[in-house]
Amino acid sequence: MNQTATIFPSTKTPPAEMKKTDFVSDQTVRWCPGCGDYAILAGVQKLMPELGIPRENMVFISGIGCSSRFPYYMNTYGMHTIHGRAPAFATGLKVARPELSVWIVTGDGDGLGIGGNQMLHMLRRNLDVNILLFNNRIYGLTKGQVSPTSEQGLVTKSTPFGSLMTPLNPMTFALSAGASFIARALDVDAKALQTTLREAAEHKGTSFVEIYQNCPIFNDGTFSEISERSLREDRILRLQDGEPLLFGKEQNKGIRLKGLKPEIVDVNENTDLSELLVHDQILSGMNFPDFPVPMGVFRQVKHPRFEESVQEQIQNQIEKKGKGDLRKLIRGPQVWEA
Amino acid sequence: MNDGTENIMDLEQQNSNFPTTELETVTIRFAGDSGDGMQLTGNQFTQSSVMIGNDVITFPDYPAEIRAPAGTLAGVSGFELSFSKHDIHATGDRISVLIAMNPAALKVNLGDLEKGGILIVNSDSFSKNDLRKAEYDGNPLESEEIQNYRLVQIPITNLTLKAVEESGLSHREGGRCKNFFALGVVQWLFDRPIDNTRDWIQQKFKKREEIVKANMMALQAGYNYGITTELFHERYHVAPASLPPGEYRQITGNQALSLGCIAASVQSGKPILYASYPITPASDILHELAQHKNFGVKTMQSEDEIAAVSACIGAAYGGYLGVTGTSGPGLDLKGEALGYAVMVELPMVVLNIQRGGPSTGLPTKTEQTDLLAAIHGRHGEAPIPVLAPSTPGDCFYVALEAFRIALKYMTPVILLSDGALANGAEPWMLPDFEALPELEKEFRTESQNYTPYVRDLNTLARDWAVPGTPGLEHRIGGLEKDQYTGDVSYDPVNHEAMVLIRDAKIRRIAKDLPPLKIIGPEKNQLLVLCWGSAFGAALSAVESLQQKGKQVSLLHLQCLYPFHEELGNVLSGFDQILIPEMNLGQLSVLIRSEFLVDAVSMKKVQGKPFMVSEIRERIESLLQG
Repeated sequence: MNQTATIFPSTKTPPAEMKKTDFVSDQTVRWCPGCGDYAILAGVQKLMPELGIPRENMVFISGIGCSSRFPYYMNTYGMHTIHGRAPAFATGLKVARPELSVWIVTGDGDGLGIGGNQMLHMLRRNLDVNILLFNNRIYGLTKGQVSPTSEQGLVTKSTPFGSLMTPLNPMTFALSAGASFIARALDVDAKALQTTLREAAEHKGTSFVEIYQNCPIFNDGTFSEISERSLREDRILRLQDGEPLLFGKEQNKGIRLKGLKPEIVDVNENTDLSELLVHDQILSGMNFPDFPVPMGVFRQVKHPRFEESVQEQIQNQIEKKGKGDLRKLIRGPQVWEA
Repeated sequence: MNDGTENIMDLEQQNSNFPTTELETVTIRFAGDSGDGMQLTGNQFTQSSVMIGNDVITFPDYPAEIRAPAGTLAGVSGFELSFSKHDIHATGDRISVLIAMNPAALKVNLGDLEKGGILIVNSDSFSKNDLRKAEYDGNPLESEEIQNYRLVQIPITNLTLKAVEESGLSHREGGRCKNFFALGVVQWLFDRPIDNTRDWIQQKFKKREEIVKANMMALQAGYNYGITTELFHERYHVAPASLPPGEYRQITGNQALSLGCIAASVQSGKPILYASYPITPASDILHELAQHKNFGVKTMQSEDEIAAVSACIGAAYGGYLGVTGTSGPGLDLKGEALGYAVMVELPMVVLNIQRGGPSTGLPTKTEQTDLLAAIHGRHGEAPIPVLAPSTPGDCFYVALEAFRIALKYMTPVILLSDGALANGAEPWMLPDFEALPELEKEFRTESQNYTPYVRDLNTLARDWAVPGTPGLEHRIGGLEKDQYTGDVSYDPVNHEAMVLIRDAKIRRIAKDLPPLKIIGPEKNQLLVLCWGSAFGAALSAVESLQQKGKQVSLLHLQCLYPFHEELGNVLSGFDQILIPEMNLGQLSVLIRSEFLVDAVSMKKVQGKPFMVSEIRERIESLLQG
């Protein structure tokens, strides 16, 4: 009964062995040298063959900005749309064609500035799509203005005396929108990025992944105090579902609740691990330097998926009323003869 | 022709107590507070009229406020309809019967009632307080002016309460039935059966038996009141219209658009995604389509106007018919995405139901002021075909035409309806199902030599390659693309070539439109050229003058961009051209610049349709030179 199955092409046979290069398009990548986007692109292209989804069933949809050039570099279907609206385009496509694997690539300006409303409602609807939000805390393509995630006081071309606004926290934003999968990753931390992307792809529902991404031209080093290899393990907190919150090179620090507030404690063989916080929603507010920066999956819950609910309503109506009969519909409730 | 009581045909005794007067056309307006149920009353009277075979045109006129303070001028809601034994095209210029449920309704509407017309008032609502709220100094029912009309005072509230006493409703709820009492009176007065209304009440209120009972009682009491009192000395009869033989139903423009969308889905074999943000007067289309999910229609109330159009384009990329509905403010917001749809050349339809602008303007009133915005309202060279229906029923066919063009030429299409068409109802002859256009459009499956902008040399349309098709993986976007490879290109010569190709593609539609239908001689002294709902009044005006032998013809332009390839030739057959439109001359600007003809613009921007007499007088004065 699913119309999608009958009139649209769909590949029944599982794809033959695929390689990363099968997902590399013939376009020259035009990001600046040293841009964090390269690492993310490589990570995504590496993950794709592992998902077992035919390439022709994949669609990458983006808005406007440096990150939004992403679809041109993927050898899949793709739409480079208008500023901020990628979630809305993706919603239309996924509602129409639930069998497609849909990926949204956006940035902090595109996804949280001009497209804040689209992002909010995308997360509420919980379509089974994946959102990769590249956060570099700056407007890059327009050559360096503050973004919704820029730190207060940041000096940019549009804020020569410092940004006056407090930054938006994408994790808190996604949580309050009721997103069913929320995670954070770091561009330079390839292995963890890969793991998080895979978890996002496997989640049934909207996966929201914020990826800290360095812009070497306009906001170089914005994350260096946590991303530097030598500092990283002391300053990020790798989230493991159901595990106590431990961090540090030696895993010798932990986080526990004091009253309603989290605090850092030293962990040694005498520490009662059960006192430590098992990761939950409090994490979204934790930030360096007060705390390590959490990385990984913050929240994952099961919610109904919009595109499936739409289809269900259609099936229910067909069962109740029978398949639509155009003549009957056009005749309406009352017909008379002249 | 719509002058009601002047057209007395003959008199015949139909009822032992009451003489019945035969009339040709009557225009009634029901007016009351926005909570008084005037739209419902008007709709029920309309239904009774169409069921006995009259031709009917309706014009609901309601305020933007849902419930302005009761009894005030701001809260007056009206429903006007003309019913006739003739084929009519516009509601009457003057009303022959006014039902005023309170002093505010009287004040707002009395000026439109013809001298000698019937004025029915609810005398229970003329207390000092009621008069004060309507800003009357004295009681208008005692004024000298009122003697120009045939005033019938009925204590409708009290009679209703008495009638529904046994229904078990509270005083407050019982009082709400007064519109059915008024309806009963008027149905008796105009010799309409009330069975239809009774059936409708049963159906509508089936969940609350006591309300069914009370409304039935009020309706019957009103009807009986007409028979048993001597307030009226006669009743009136309007014979069935001699419409072309066939099966008819009642339809509004918004219903017809909704049915047109579903028909396009059936005829094309492609499902529809209708995404829309609530906006007056377009929301009814979303409400209607949401009811018909058993046709596979997917509907979405989007978070905003931009998301709605974007979702449609996304769905179109996936092979769906994307449709969105809106009105002026929403059309502005959709501009950027529509430019994108032009750039990526995907088929979709925007139903823009015009209302008074600019800005929030007059949300519930009608206007035709979005024409230039629809044609030119995007940055860059972004041509989009623009169509307009002429009557509520025509909305069905123009919706199908919009999808035909969208699919054949791989382009967004804007359909310009307006408030008067959207909410206005008329009897509509059911379409010949066999003759509905086939809207077949194949998806591309051949991967050999595919690039995103490979085109059909005849239509210049690019191929529709949808995700899921192996070997056709491709990327589209708002950046300019190389005309051959489809890759991003900033090459200046290529850009100009692409601009010209997109322009030429849309211009080719001019050769692929239904023939222009001129009403009257093809060569004549004067052509009235119109579009949209102005057609109704223009047709009535032109027909009446043609009957008097005047040298005037009429043409409705269904396609406003691009113009039909024959339009220039047609215009050259006339000495003068008159363009009546509810704006400051937007079509005439286009006609003058495209064809260098000295068209005369007739402008009206009052949030209400042209009167037949206005157009008739203008034609006459032009013909006299």
